[in-house]
Amino acid sequence: MRTRFHQSLDELKERLLRMGGLAEQAVDRATEAYRKRDVALCQLVLDAERSINIMEREIDELALDLLAMQQPMAIDLRFIIAVVKINADLERVGDQAVNVVQRVLELAKLPEAELNVDIPRVAEVASRMVRTSLEAFIYARPDVAETVLKLDDTLDELNAQTYHSMMSLMEKSPGLTPQALNTLLISRNLERVGDHATNIAEDVIFWVRGADVRHHFSAGESAING
Amino acid sequence: MGVGIEVRDLKAYFSGVEALHGINMTVGANQVTAIIGPSGCGKSTYVRCLNRMHETIPGATLQGQVVVGDTDVMKANAVDIRRRIGMVFQKPNPFPTMSIYDNVAAGLKLNGVRNHKRMDEVVETSLRRAALWDEVKDLLKKKSGASLSGGQQQRLCIARALAVEPEVLLMDEPASALDPISTGKIEELIDELKKNYTIVIVTHNMQQAARVAGYTGFFLLGNLIEFDKTEKIFTNPSDKRTEDYITGRFG
Repeated sequence: MRTRFHQSLDELKERLLRMGGLAEQAVDRATEAYRKRDVALCQLVLDAERSINIMEREIDELALDLLAMQQPMAIDLRFIIAVVKINADLERVGDQAVNVVQRVLELAKLPEAELNVDIPRVAEVASRMVRTSLEAFIYARPDVAETVLKLDDTLDELNAQTYHSMMSLMEKSPGLTPQALNTLLISRNLERVGDHATNIAEDVIFWVRGADVRHHFSAGESAING
Repeated sequence: MGVGIEVRDLKAYFSGVEALHGINMTVGANQVTAIIGPSGCGKSTYVRCLNRMHETIPGATLQGQVVVGDTDVMKANAVDIRRRIGMVFQKPNPFPTMSIYDNVAAGLKLNGVRNHKRMDEVVETSLRRAALWDEVKDLLKKKSGASLSGGQQQRLCIARALAVEPEVLLMDEPASALDPISTGKIEELIDELKKNYTIVIVTHNMQQAARVAGYTGFFLLGNLIEFDKTEKIFTNPSDKRTEDYITGRFG
C-alpha cells in the first residue's frame, strides 16, 4: 500500500477545494458588489486575489512533486493532471471576479441608469456552474459534471441577450454608453467564469472516467484510451 | 525476424498444484510485451512455460498450447525450442572462467559450429546487437565474462542469447540488479532489439514496463487479468484489480 502517497493526494484535493472555495466566494462577492454598488466588497475581492494566486502556486508545486517523486499511474495520474488544470481554471475564475469588480468600481462612479438587463441572473448561473463543478470534483461524480456542461448553453444565451440589449441601448442612448459598456463587460466576464467551470467539469469527467470530452468530443471519440 | 506467439488455455503445475489457470494471450511479432504483477502471481512461471524451461523443475508440468510462429512448442524438441526462444535472467550469469568471446560463442559451439571465421562474425554481430561491442572489442579473449561490470555482464548474456539466432527473447527482470545507467542501456537495447526479435519481459518496475513495452499483461494469482496496449494499462485500465495494483492500492 502506498499510504503516504494517497495521503498526499487527499491533501492535494483538500487544498484545491479550499482554492475553489475562495474562487467561488470571489464570484459571489463580485455579484453582490454589483447589485449594491458596494465599493468595500469590491476591495475584498481584490484582496482575495493574492491568496488565490499563492494557493495556485502551492497546489502546482505539490502536484509537480508528486508527479516527480511518486510516478503516479492510471486514475492517480489522471487525478493529478486534472488538479493542475482545475487549479489554473480556478485562478482564472478569481481573475474574472477581479475584472467584474473593476467594472463595478467604474459603474459606482457613474450616475445610476435603468439598463433592463438581468446581471444577477447571469451571475447566478455562472456561480451555480462553479459550485456544481466543484461538487462534481468533491464527490468524483461525472454525472454531476455533465449538468455543468448543459448550463453553459444557458449562460451563453444570457450573455448574448445582455450583449444585444446593451448594443441597442448604446445606439438609442449614447449618453449611457459607459454604463452599458461596463455592464456588457461584466456579463462577458461572468460568461468566462462559466467557461472555466465547464473546463473543470470536463476535467472531472477525464479524471473519473478516463474520457476526454473536451471540444464536444464524445467519450467514444476520446483521445485517451477509452 | 521475430515471430508471433499464440498462447491458448495454458496451465502450469508444481507437483500437481495448479499455478497458472488457463492463460490466453496473443503476442505480436516484433513487439515488446511486458508481464507485470505482484510476487507469486505466476509471471515468471508464465514466461518459463513459453520455452519449456518450466519442465526442468522436478514435478513441474504443463497443459495447453503455445504456438511460436508455426511451431507447437509442446510437441517440438525442447532443446530446439530453447534455441529459438532465448532467455535472459535477473542476475547476469556469464560463464565466469570463459573469455568474453567464448561466452558469446558457447551456444554456437554447442550447436556444432566449428568454422572460426563464421564464429568471429557471429560474436561480433551479437555483441554489436547487444550494444557491447565498442566496450569490449579489444578485450574479447583477454578478459573473462566475470570481469565485466554488472550492466556489461547482462549485455554479454543478451549477446550470448542472440548468438544462436533466436526469434523470441524472454527477459525475466533483466535490469532489476542493475544501476539506473545500466538499466537505461538495457532499455534502449530492448527498443533496438525489437526490430529483429519478439520480446517478452517480466518486470516488477512498472515505469520500465511503461517505457519499453507496446503491450502489457497484468497477472494476479495465476490469472491474466488484463492484457492491452501499455498506454491503456497505465492511463486507463479496464479492470479494477489492474488499477488497484498499478496505483499501489494493494500489494
